[in-house]
This record gives sequence, structure tokens and C-alpha cells, in this order.
Amino acid sequence: MTEREKREAITLKIRKRRQNRDRLARRSMTALALGALLLVPLIAVALFLRSRSVLVAVPLRDLIFGTEWHPTNGAFGFLPFILGTVWVTVLALIIAVPPSLLTAIYLAEYARPRLRAVVNPIIDLLAGIPSVVYGVWGVLTVVPFVGNTVAPILNRSLGAIPLFHNSNPTGYNILSGSLVLAVMVFPFIIAVGQEVIYAVPQGLREASLALGATRWQTVRRVVFRRAWPGVLAAIVLGLSRAFGETMAVLMVVGNVPKVPHSIFDAAYPLPALIANNYGEMMSYPNYEAALMGAALILLLIVLAFNLAARAVLVRWVRSE
Amino acid sequence: MRRRRAQLEEALMKGLMLFSAVAVLGSLFLILGTVIWRGLPAMNLAMLTQTPKGGYYLGKEGGILNAIVGSLYLAIGGTVVAMIVSLPIAIYLQIYGGRSRLTNLVRLALDVLWGVPSIVYGAFGFLVMLGLGLRASLLGGIITLAFLELPIMTRGMDEAISMVPAALKEASYAMGATRMETVFRVVLRQTGPALLTAVLLAFGRGIGDAASVLFTAGYTDRIPTSLLRPVASLPLAVFFQLAVPFPAVQQRAYASALILTIIVLATSLISRRLSSRLTRHIIR
Amino acid sequence: MSDLIRIQIRDLNVWYGASQALKSIAAEIPDKQITAIIGPSGCGKTTLLRTLNRLLEETPGTRVQGQVLLDGMDIYGRGVDVTEIRTRMGLLQPKPFPLPMSIYENVAYGRRIHGLQRLDKGNGRNLDRIVEKYLRVAGLWDEVQDRLTAPASGLSSGQQQRLCLARALAVEPEVLLCDEATSALDPISAQRIEEQLRNIKHETTIVMVTHALRQARRLADHVIFLWLGELVETGPASRVFNNPLDERTRAYVSGDIG
Repeated sequence: MTEREKREAITLKIRKRRQNRDRLARRSMTALALGALLLVPLIAVALFLRSRSVLVAVPLRDLIFGTEWHPTNGAFGFLPFILGTVWVTVLALIIAVPPSLLTAIYLAEYARPRLRAVVNPIIDLLAGIPSVVYGVWGVLTVVPFVGNTVAPILNRSLGAIPLFHNSNPTGYNILSGSLVLAVMVFPFIIAVGQEVIYAVPQGLREASLALGATRWQTVRRVVFRRAWPGVLAAIVLGLSRAFGETMAVLMVVGNVPKVPHSIFDAAYPLPALIANNYGEMMSYPNYEAALMGAALILLLIVLAFNLAARAVLVRWVRSE
Repeated sequence: MRRRRAQLEEALMKGLMLFSAVAVLGSLFLILGTVIWRGLPAMNLAMLTQTPKGGYYLGKEGGILNAIVGSLYLAIGGTVVAMIVSLPIAIYLQIYGGRSRLTNLVRLALDVLWGVPSIVYGAFGFLVMLGLGLRASLLGGIITLAFLELPIMTRGMDEAISMVPAALKEASYAMGATRMETVFRVVLRQTGPALLTAVLLAFGRGIGDAASVLFTAGYTDRIPTSLLRPVASLPLAVFFQLAVPFPAVQQRAYASALILTIIVLATSLISRRLSSRLTRHIIR
Repeated sequence: MSDLIRIQIRDLNVWYGASQALKSIAAEIPDKQITAIIGPSGCGKTTLLRTLNRLLEETPGTRVQGQVLLDGMDIYGRGVDVTEIRTRMGLLQPKPFPLPMSIYENVAYGRRIHGLQRLDKGNGRNLDRIVEKYLRVAGLWDEVQDRLTAPASGLSSGQQQRLCLARALAVEPEVLLCDEATSALDPISAQRIEEQLRNIKHETTIVMVTHALRQARRLADHVIFLWLGELVETGPASRVFNNPLDERTRAYVSGDIG
């Protein structure tokens, strides 16, 4: 071979090697990406398979609507836990949404950019605080406050209404759980709410202001009217976040497996059920299956809310 | 006449908004204040440098070194494993995937994974452990944390890489570089700090999580020496020791909470500083 | 055409952050005429317009110094209610921004937020008739009369801009500010808007910003010519266009520059 042919052969070999490396990299990355795609179904399927034994042993209706929870006897009625989760989460949202939205509106519409740049990172800090630390705060501050101050006052004044009747001597109840959960959800709704408000075009605000409207009139009649699907999606995302929250709520909510009738009753949300009993779950037949089933229910509910909210958000942002 | 009413309404709403903002910020300071108030008195050198002695339910002596070291092992391990998977996925999404349907689906899947409650990751991690024949251990915790951190890290890296201007990538391709070579020589260099931020963010989330390690990492008084033995963690140290009716044990819980909060806040601040400082040198 | 002055601008200076956009502007806007603010892009036309209804201050970082007298009262004075000023000055934006409500509600919006609809009732004025009146003035009534409750977003661009005109006029402002109001429209819609402006100038003073010289020639009674943030020349349209005093004006209106 001549010098030239030799050089060309080497160059060709190098180029082939580079292309092969690229192809290999591409294939392995695609595989990993596909893996990520399959992870959610994988989790759902794994939980489902593991919970099959209890699904076979107990009819579905009894599982969902049964109120007796005695694993030693094979009674697995999830209703108290489902309702407990619903009560804590809904009350948390009722408490969290108005201040969060008002703060988001203030930051997006009224505050100067410099103020926004200072306040938003601080609010983000709230989002980063670990769940157990919220729990510690809840135990040390919220529970005594609710038990010693709020409950007696409300019971005295509104105790006739079952919703506010207090038969719980401690402060470990739904209200405490909801208060802690509400604070955890704040940064979430505030952040997404701001984004949603920014998406409304400035020209629309100017049109209203130019007619002599005050800023609040503009927010209420124009911005909100335009942004409400996005705001709703933000709230639903906050809801799905609250649903899955485990530790902080567990530490303050009382953990009594009974269907709640008052905000001062103790409750036992689904995540708390799973967390509290993992240690014993291998001791009784179907116990582990039941807890895995609870995890599956949790996953499916959170999934449904999440997907619905994101679908709305994507479509709405696109139309802006 | 109506103008005065509108102005009154404006003033009232402004007041309510300000009150809400103060309430939100106030709750943050209340939480931090409580943690410091209870945690600071519990802090001393022994707390930080010794493991609990005499069985952690009754032991009055010793500290939380087991939990500090355990958490660091768990979180660093989980973060490293997550990085190995997250970076290729993020590169795939930004460099190879383009606008295809698959890319959008993967991004959606990652968004969904981001919303999965950590207790579900814990349950899943438990099943994975059973499948692998593991018991509650450092390795089990690392695997579960890796799953937990994956969506957060990938999303952060995805955004980091998306900030590289297309023109820069094109300049590299135009010179005949393959995509992989462009990634290593151009993209990663540009996005280094932003990628690091994504990693730190995921780390902060992982180290603070209790529900996922509850099932899978176990708990112990000792400092871990093997991947296959149980390991203590700061969140569980708080959870288990807070409810014990001995003040000395509760002190350890408060100290753990304080240390954990400090670590998480420091991570957050460092990552913020990093991203603002190092992006000075990036070409835009 | 009356000889009164509606707005007087005295020594107006505007800054965006550190850079100065308007330098010592002094001008007059005659009553019940169409005044055109012209000049090459970036010379401060829109900035000047937006100081008149104090919309400029909604942009963060802006600073205004000087006086703008509306019927002798300085709108930048102490204790002046901004919303009141804005009610007296209507605005047509470059792109139509219909509010997210029905056609009827768009026109009625201004009256509702000021509670005027109650005052109207007391005076025997009917909101329905007011809405109809201004939709007619804007030349839109025939096209929408049978679908007043339909969302305004369903209209075409040209129709939307006419709706914005009706909306602005429904609060019965003394002055109408037009910020390149026809630049985003097709020629036919633009022409219809121009027609309506000519019709209403006898009741409402109009100040328009335009970069289309031909439009200014068609419509303007009075002209203000800006150049790089400074007022170069101002006066009756016939004089400014045909016998400009300043060399820069001459160059601009003859199309040599800008």
C-alpha cells in the first residue's frame, strides 16, 4: 500500500470508530429514556401484583367502603383512611388557597421586580424544608395551639355543629394536620399561580387600566377571568402534592382509624397508615398486600390529579 | 362616588394581600425559629461526634453521628446513582430526541414521576429490595433515593442543557463532530454549573426525605460499615426519637432536625449562588 | 374647529432607567382636532402618548418630570387620581386586546367599573342603548347586533379594533389617544377606523401616533414632530407638511429619511 492509501485507511478506521461510539451512546441513552417512560407503569404493576392476595381475599366493595380495620382478623376496610385523607387534604386546601392566591397576585401584579426577587427565593425555602421538620414544628407549635386555644374556643361557640364539636382531649387532630399541610402547599400554589398570571398578556391589563379601572378591578375582572383555568390547575397540582404528603401529617393528625365527623377528630390518612405499619406488615397474612394496595390507591389518585391538571395547564398556556 | 368605593376596595384588597404575604413568610420564620429554639440548646460537640450509647430508646448519652454519617452516605450514594441515569436521559432529551413524540412522552413521564409521593417510592423500593434479596440496608436506601431523585435531577439537567444556544451546537456539528463529541466537548462544559445545581437540588430533596427510607434503609445506632447493613438517617432520627418520653432522647431529635435543616438550606443557598456566579462565564 | 387648547405639555422629561427618552418637550394639543405625533422609530412618540394618560408609569423603571395640563390641571400634580385621568383619556392600542368577555360586556365594561350604569339609570339612560350607540359610532353595530352575547375573541382583527374603539368611547372621554391603532390591520379595516376617527373628532379630541406619513397627511389637523426624544417642530398640518420650518422636518416628511 502506498503512503496515501495507508493514511486513508487509518482515517476511515477512525471515522468508523467515532460513528460507532456515537451510535452506541445513542442507543444506550434511548434505552435509559425508555426505561424512565416505563417506570410509572412498572411501579403501579409491582404494587398491584403484590396486593393481589388481599384483592382476592376481600371483595372490592368491602375494601373501599368497609370501616373495620383489624388486620389480625383479616378485616381491611379502607374507608376511614380514605375519608381521613380527604378531610385533611380538603381542609388544608381551604386554608391554603386564599392566602396563596392573594400572595401570588400581590407578587405578580403589585410588587416591584426587586421585591419579587427577594421574596420568591424566601418562599422557595419553605418548599425545601424536609417533611419531618414540618412535623417537629407541628408537634411543638401547632398541636398545642389547636388543642389549647382553638379547639376550646370553637367548641364553646360552634360546638353544636357536628363539624366543630370537640371530643378529642389532645390537639392531635385533623385541623392540626391541615394547618401543617397548608403551609407545605403554600410555596407550590404561589409559584405556579405567579407563572399563570404572568402568562396573561400585558396589553390586556393596559386596556383595562386605560379605561380608568383600578388595579384590583383589572385583576378581578380581566386577569382572573382570563387566567382561571391555569389557577384551577395550580390548585389541583397543590391538591395532588398534599395528598401524598406523609411524615408531617402523620406526626400531628392523631392516627385513629375511625371515620371523622369533626375537624377536631383524630384521623388516619392513607400515607400515615402505610408508614406506621410497615414494621408489622409481614406478621399477618394479607397485611402487606393491603398496605401495598393502599400505596397503589395513593399512586393512582395522585396520578389522575396530576395528569388532569397538567393537561389543562398545557392547553391553556398554548392558547395564550 | 363610585370612584371612592373602587379606591376603598383597592385599599382593602391590598391590605389583605399584604397580610397573606406576611402570613406566608411569617410561617417560614416560625418554623425555622422553632427548629432553632429547640435544636440549638441540644447542640454540643458530643452530639455531633458520638453515636447514641445505651440503646437509643433509653440511652442518655451519645449523639447523632450515626444519623449524620448515615444520611450523608445515603444521600450521596443515591445522588450518584441518580446522576448516572439522569445525565444520559437529559442528554437524550435535548440532543438526540428533538421534537419527537417519544421525547414528549418521556418528559411527561418524568413530570408524573416528580409528583409520585415518596411513600410510594418507599413501597416500591421495598419490593425491589425483596426482588433482589436485600434486607433493609444502606444499599436499599440508596436505590430508593435514586428513584426519588431521578425526576428532579433529570428535569433540572434537561433545563440546564436547554440553555445552550442552538448556534453553539450547530457550530460544532458543522465542523464534523458527532453528537456525542459535541456533548462532551461543548455542551457539558457550558452547562457544568447548571448541571451541578440540578444535582444539588436533588441531593437536598433526597437527604430530607423520610418516607422513602423508612421501609428500605432500616435504622441503627451504629455508623454503617457495609452496604448490606441497616443505616440511620437524620429524618428517621427525628421521627423515631421525637415521640420517646425521655428528654435526652428528644434532645437528639431536635438536634437532628436542626442539622438536617441546616444541611438542606445550605445546599439550597450554595446551588443558588453557584448558578448565578458561574453563569457569568457562559456564552449567550 | 375651535381654537381652544385641550392639553398643554410643559418641559416634559422622561427616563427609562438611566437613559432619557424625552427631552424638554413643550407642545399643545388643540381641542376637537386630530393631532398626529410623527417621527422616525424610537424617537419617543409612543412614550409621549403614554405620558398623557399616565399609562407609562405602569412600566417599572420609568421616571416622569414636568407638567401635562389637561384643561389647565396638571395631571401629574399631587393628589391627582390616576383612574380619573384615564377615564378622561381613552386609548386605542396597536394590537386589539378585546377583554375576555362578550361583545356587549366589552363595551359596557367602562361604565360598569365606574358604577356609571347606576347613574345612567337615574338619568333615564339605558345601558343597552349606550352600548348600541357606541357600537354604531365605531361602525360595528350592523355586524354584531344579533350576537352581542358572543365572546369578543370570535371577531376578526378589524372588528376587534372597532370594538376597542367602541369600548374606549363608551366612557365618553374628552380625548382619545391612538397608538398606531391601524398598523396591525388590513387596509380595509384600517380605512374604516380612519373614517370613524374623522367622524368623532368633532366631539372628541384625538391624539394619534403613527409612523405612516400618508395616514398623517390624510387625517391630521395638527402635527407634532419628534426626533430622538426632542420636539423639533409643531404646528398646523398644512404648514408642517408643505412648508416645514426645520430641515429635519423637511427631510422626514418628504421621505428622504426615517
